[in-house]
Amino acid sequence: MDRRLIKNFDWGLLVLTLLLAGVGLVTLHSAVATDPSPLQRMLYVKQLIWYAVGLGAVFIVLLIDYKTMERWAYAIYGGAIGLLVCVLLFGKFVGGSRRWLELGPVSLQPSEVAKIAVIVLLARYYSRVVKAEGLTLRELFLPFLYVVIPFLLIVQQPDLGTGMVVFLISASMTLFVRIEKRTFLCLLLVAVMVAVPGWTLLKDYQRQRILTFLNPDRDPLGAGYHIIQSKIAIGSGQISGKGMMQGTQNTLSFLPEQHTDFIFSVLAEEWGFAGALVLLLLFMALIIWGLNIAYRCKDIFGKVLSVGVTAMVFWQTVINLGMVMGLMPVVGVPLPLISYGGTSILTIMICIGILLNVSMRRFAID
Amino acid sequence: MNTYLQSFDTDWFKGRLTVTMFLVIAVFLVLILRVFYLQIIEGEKYRQLSQNNCIRLQAINAPRGVIYDRNGMLLVDNRPSFNLSIVLKDARPVEETVRKLAAYTGIPEEGFLETIAQEKATTPSYKPILLQQDIGRDILASVEVHQFDLPGVVVDSQPRRHYMHGNAAHVIGYLGEISPAELKSGQYPDARGGEFVGKFGVEKTAESVLRGKDGGRQVEVNAKGQVIQILKTVAATPGHNIHLTIDHDLQKTTEELLKDKVGAAVALSVDTGEILALASSPAFDQNVFVNGLSQDIWDGLISNPFRPMENKVIQGEYPPASTYKIVTALAGLQEGVIDENTTFFCPGYYRFGDRTFRCWRRGGHGTVKVVEALAVSCDVYFYQVGQRLGVDRLAEYARACGLGAPTSVQMGHESGGLIPTSEWKRRRFKVPWQKGETLSIAIGQGYNLVTPLQMAVLVSAVANGGTLYQPMILKSIAEAGSDTIHETDPVPVGQLPVSPENLELVRKGLWEVVNGKRGTARLARVEGIEILGKTGTAQIVSRKKNDQAWEKKLADHHKPHAWFVAYGKRENIGIGVAVIVEHGEHGSRTAAPIARDIIKAYLMEKDEHEAVAVQQ
Repeated sequence: MDRRLIKNFDWGLLVLTLLLAGVGLVTLHSAVATDPSPLQRMLYVKQLIWYAVGLGAVFIVLLIDYKTMERWAYAIYGGAIGLLVCVLLFGKFVGGSRRWLELGPVSLQPSEVAKIAVIVLLARYYSRVVKAEGLTLRELFLPFLYVVIPFLLIVQQPDLGTGMVVFLISASMTLFVRIEKRTFLCLLLVAVMVAVPGWTLLKDYQRQRILTFLNPDRDPLGAGYHIIQSKIAIGSGQISGKGMMQGTQNTLSFLPEQHTDFIFSVLAEEWGFAGALVLLLLFMALIIWGLNIAYRCKDIFGKVLSVGVTAMVFWQTVINLGMVMGLMPVVGVPLPLISYGGTSILTIMICIGILLNVSMRRFAID
Repeated sequence: MNTYLQSFDTDWFKGRLTVTMFLVIAVFLVLILRVFYLQIIEGEKYRQLSQNNCIRLQAINAPRGVIYDRNGMLLVDNRPSFNLSIVLKDARPVEETVRKLAAYTGIPEEGFLETIAQEKATTPSYKPILLQQDIGRDILASVEVHQFDLPGVVVDSQPRRHYMHGNAAHVIGYLGEISPAELKSGQYPDARGGEFVGKFGVEKTAESVLRGKDGGRQVEVNAKGQVIQILKTVAATPGHNIHLTIDHDLQKTTEELLKDKVGAAVALSVDTGEILALASSPAFDQNVFVNGLSQDIWDGLISNPFRPMENKVIQGEYPPASTYKIVTALAGLQEGVIDENTTFFCPGYYRFGDRTFRCWRRGGHGTVKVVEALAVSCDVYFYQVGQRLGVDRLAEYARACGLGAPTSVQMGHESGGLIPTSEWKRRRFKVPWQKGETLSIAIGQGYNLVTPLQMAVLVSAVANGGTLYQPMILKSIAEAGSDTIHETDPVPVGQLPVSPENLELVRKGLWEVVNGKRGTARLARVEGIEILGKTGTAQIVSRKKNDQAWEKKLADHHKPHAWFVAYGKRENIGIGVAVIVEHGEHGSRTAAPIARDIIKAYLMEKDEHEAVAVQQ
């Protein structure tokens, strides 16, 4: 590797990432400490291995110039779509949905690959058509196709959470490169025109489901109960928390999925406002850092790519935290770098790798 | 020039990125404010709520729909039952509480401690552990009285299925704890482990109708586990009530008639296919299944050689014997191989090739026409009809009469019987059909197998002018919590393949069976009711040797099965009946009187029902 690249390496971003991973490991250890199954209690060791694998992935991503990704954008995208089709056909059924593809000893979640593939392809497209006046409706047709195909495939699984994240990332990137005011209003109008008659066409139970999704209080025995327990866990942490491994909500397994989606509640209960604030500030720093890499990058593809990757971290963080705090609908989206789960960690680490890649090659073009 | 060096103004991007950063900071500010609100402002409240894990969920059981007979008589309902449980977290010190509980209830504490030791590892301490199911009222009372002394001891009431009369066990079926396989199957989306679901009969086939949707409540409890506030309630949706087509009085009569016999009887309304009574003997006690079935009882039911768990009406496959002559006669007449005046001479046997086929009457019947042949059940006559038809043509008619395939009654695990063809034999045994076999088939022996229900459908069709109805067990569904009633409509599934004239000839034959001078079932006559029918005596070819213990009781296991299929009419009401008595020997002597009494009970007592209905 070029010495100049090593000199320009973004140590700050790596440190932020490792700090978050550290917080994740400690919280996970606490979250599974009282689990009756000994295997489950050792989960944080597995998580540690995933972090190591993730760092390996970062290293590999660093070796390849991100501009190569622009050339390979269609191939990556095609591969991701292929995997999404495969998962619908041959995927393993877990809890009523097909999300996992078994490839020998490893299982893969194609929707995670699809997120990155969509980001790269949109970055390539937008970096070529972007202009100060904003994009026209016609110019939005292709990106619409790029997004809607994987979106529909993911929703088929069904995995609404990931589908929503794909949509939000794409919308953020599109709004970032700017669209004409006329186009924007037009899209808004179309949305309203689809939504209003669509709502009346829905069957009653479907409407109920959507209302419950938007307002978990309507389901006091399911999602609503989880959110109440999560709020009690967070709130009872007060200023300084109950202390590590002292969380009662957690130890009595009142929290559902306390080691994955609801891990923030465990942290907030045990470390209090002080701990929660530190975590929130770390996440904010990570996201601002990502945007700053876009800020300093010289080429447009690098800029849009960095924004897309950062948008992914942003939305997953906000959707997860908003949910456990009772601000947002209950969607199964893991908290980046903190929640247990190999695929989630690997995807986020690849995103970090892309950001580091763009960051250290920012002078390379001169 | 590098393609990535774009001429586009980077300041434009910097402006947009700055705005984005502020947006991100704003969103995080909202999150921080929310955490501040939950932890600092509301923190004290949540800390207290967390202390005892106060917010808990309690299930509200949805009552299962009850089952009535066709006249609105309650057959199955739910009775309250009380379960004794303990919440370890609230019961501290546990040993002392258990000791007191044992003292108050008179149940030995060892059993309690054993259960607790078993469940402890897998049950969170705030969740109740079931100690004793269905405790009696006296135990309930003493637990309630000493409640202050028994922290963490909970009594919850749960509806339990109650089969009120012990009748129609095979029709109604029973509930049982859901099995792991059923849970996995996805057919019970709302069910959780440990719940009761229909396992047999209508309880199983109408599961989705009868089953309600459980509700629940979010409650706040104090340190002792007592509810101090109900936060939210989701009401349970009760299951729908159903009315069966069964007439309970007739059902009772039918079961009494079959008492101490092994066999089956079924009665249909000839114009709708509604099942008025369905009995299979011996039966079983449904309440044993919901009150906790011991392995011994279950083993006893399963190993009983008289097969009490089998619904012989739909699962019993028997050779139709002479009742099949109805089909042979229909086919012969309709195909033109015989007519009203075709005569055959019966010397008591029929020579075919180098074999001799015997008539059941050694002395023979002399010269007979079709009507008389049916009346006296002359085998020689029907050997020759069968010979003229051939096995495949006969099978076509049998199938068109509803034999050889399940009737699709909504009761589950129904057998289809067997109507052999030459093609079937080639496939099954890899040998061609022998012409002589056709003769056996024509009198209902050989490979032929039918269920009593199929025969009842057939005889009902003869009664109503030729329409085969799908037998019906659900009369109506009464929607829970409203007055809406969904009536089930009769489902015609086919027509007998016969002209009205030929059907009339067959009817004449069946009339002679009961009412004629030489009829085989003159015992079945009843003054004031028109009864037509056909007897049958099914030879038992071979029978598996049963274990020694039962040998004695099965002393008559080589005796033939007795059949009688019949219909009775009075004014505009018609009832079709099929009765089989295993090893009952002659249809005329054992089966016919049962069928007669069923018809009589229904048509004679119908007057009273009608009178009551008019008054109402």
